[in-house]
Amino acid sequence: MTREISFADAVNEAISETMRKDDDVILLGEDVAGGADVDHLQNDEAWGGVMGVTKGLIQEFGKNRVLDTPIAEAGYVGAAVSAAATGMRPIAELMFNDFIGSCLDEVMNQGAKLRYMFGGHAKIPLVIRTMHGAGFRAAAQHSQSLYGLFTAIPGVKVIVPSNPRDAKGLLISAIEDDDMVVFFEDKTLYNVKADVPEGYYTIPIGQADIKRKGDDLTIVAIGKQVQIALMAAEKLEQKGIQAEVVDPRSLSPLDEDTILKSVQKTNHLIIVDEANPRCNAATDISALVADKGFDFLDAPIKMVTGPHSPVPFSPSLEDVYLPSPEKILAVVAEMIDDESIVAI
Amino acid sequence: MRASQVQQESLTSEKAKWMYQKMVEIRQFEDQVHETFSTGVIPGFVHLYAGEEAVAVGVCAHLDDKDFITSTHRGHGHCIAKGCDLKGMMAEIYGKSTGLCKGKGGSMHIADVSKGMLGANGIVGGGFPLATGAGLTAKLKKNGAVAVCFFGDGANNHGTFHEGINQAAIWNLPVIFVAENNGYGEATPFEYASSCKSIADRATSYSIPGETVDGKDTIAVYEAAQRAVERARNGEGPSLIECKTYRNYGHFEGDAQTYKTSEERDEHLTALDAIIRFREHLVANELSTEEELHGIDEQVQEAVRDAVEFAEKSPLPEADQLTTDVYVNYKSGEEE
Ligand SMILES: Cc1ncc(C[n+]2csc(CCOP(=O)(O)OP(=O)(O)O)c2C)c(N)n1
Ligand SMILES: [Mg+2]
Repeated sequence: MTREISFADAVNEAISETMRKDDDVILLGEDVAGGADVDHLQNDEAWGGVMGVTKGLIQEFGKNRVLDTPIAEAGYVGAAVSAAATGMRPIAELMFNDFIGSCLDEVMNQGAKLRYMFGGHAKIPLVIRTMHGAGFRAAAQHSQSLYGLFTAIPGVKVIVPSNPRDAKGLLISAIEDDDMVVFFEDKTLYNVKADVPEGYYTIPIGQADIKRKGDDLTIVAIGKQVQIALMAAEKLEQKGIQAEVVDPRSLSPLDEDTILKSVQKTNHLIIVDEANPRCNAATDISALVADKGFDFLDAPIKMVTGPHSPVPFSPSLEDVYLPSPEKILAVVAEMIDDESIVAI
Repeated sequence: MRASQVQQESLTSEKAKWMYQKMVEIRQFEDQVHETFSTGVIPGFVHLYAGEEAVAVGVCAHLDDKDFITSTHRGHGHCIAKGCDLKGMMAEIYGKSTGLCKGKGGSMHIADVSKGMLGANGIVGGGFPLATGAGLTAKLKKNGAVAVCFFGDGANNHGTFHEGINQAAIWNLPVIFVAENNGYGEATPFEYASSCKSIADRATSYSIPGETVDGKDTIAVYEAAQRAVERARNGEGPSLIECKTYRNYGHFEGDAQTYKTSEERDEHLTALDAIIRFREHLVANELSTEEELHGIDEQVQEAVRDAVEFAEKSPLPEADQLTTDVYVNYKSGEEE
């Protein structure tokens, strides 16, 4: 049975269902309960996270399993790494992925490396849930998409879901997974509603999903940009161009096969990612295809990404910062040398 | 008692009126942003400073343009107290090209380096090392400047608190760390998140002076800041002042503030209100008159109205501004 729920509720369900199943799963982060310790506050009035994503969990699971933390990311993310190594299955919420600056050591030098350095004698079943993405007018320190940073670090798995259904199934998989996973949630997707199955289900990590089939052109898009790519694909259809939209869903591990097979079929590749362009998901996927699928290509690989700049505050600039269906169409026009595409 | 005695010696009528004006500017500016935000005109999110005026103003009353301050996500009050232009601030909050940061920063990043205002800050705890660095500059350049770090009770648990203050202490830097303890970090009470009775107590571990004052008593803040700034200017190193205060609005606009009790809110908005108390103090001590203060209120109203009009009429930034200001200089390859 499916029903329409929001991305935020899908995330909430994934957490509550795994917490019901496994007592070792705990949730910690800044205001994830949201005033759990305020005496007069009825728990149902507690924040449940700045965006209300974890609302209700404190009532069901209590203070021992839903922990408000001090504003001390190094402290609680580091503790979550170690709690994971010593028998718990924590979900640590890093409110905005930009705050990784305050706890990168805990992720990069501790969580990501303990198992390897210990010769395999440790596992870190930790999920770091974190909000990313531009378009919220949240400016340079609250709008980045930093999954590329984590993808570059061996020992970290990286998931970037694009819709509510994937978010729930992938988050449950992440919580079940015995490795450290950083799970990205686009803040502008939280209110997006779609059909989501009821109950407990998983989606394998490392399996891309073809969100739209097509023979003429492959668009690999990351996170919310999958929605933008689908909009562009619909427009292209009016011109008789069938775009295939591939959603990698996880950047580490990356489902290379699905991407390569799609390009083998369509011979054209555009990668759409709102993150900055250098050393990032788009360049990584581009390098993959240049390396292993060069012969499939009939045209150079194209990337539609944010520019090499921080995310600006002003709406007039942020709108230009982000990829758009129009920008994708412009690239297609150039790729197949047909200016009329731009005007669709 | 003690407060008013010292004030008689140190606080001139002129200074007192300047302080009153700045406090009213902050209050009216924030009330205006609160109102405008609810209409949807202002992009993003804003954290309002109303209620905490005595802290920013009581401290900045001892600073001039060569002194630096670091701020927080709740930065409008610090900006105004440090002399930032209301029009430029409002335009920035609207995301307009005439804003202090050309619309690139917004509410959470308003800065005016020419005024020594090193920016509101989106990262909690971001200010400690920045203030320490500004203090290092002041010490090395021997220009007599000091740096002030405003921070919240929530930030006092961030690792940078320890790293920033410890460095300022070992290097004997002219830095004043000013805690704005408004009782909450978002929805989380100070008592829950902090393993200390007061933030000032933590100064002991760095062997620097630490004191707690009623942060809604403008005179008390003014005097504590005077002691700390004097110490800093005399080369005696950093101090920590904890100001107990309260934010009149929510953490951000839209926060239902369920974690507050209605009694505490009522008390803080009336009997404990810093502006009401400072106003009474000025009149009672003949530093100003009701008429004069009323005149300031009206003048500020006009200034805030002008700021709104300026912001509304200003253009949005042009698209070509997107990638400017990332670097001073960024070239690759060979020039023709
Ligand atoms: C490093 C970091 N962690 C978390 C946040 C999210 N955040 C913004 S303001 C805030 C609460 C700050 O509380 P406090 O320091 O007491 O300042 P106040 O809001 O009360 O003025 C939090 C958790 C952030 N911006 N940066
Ligand atoms: Mg606070």
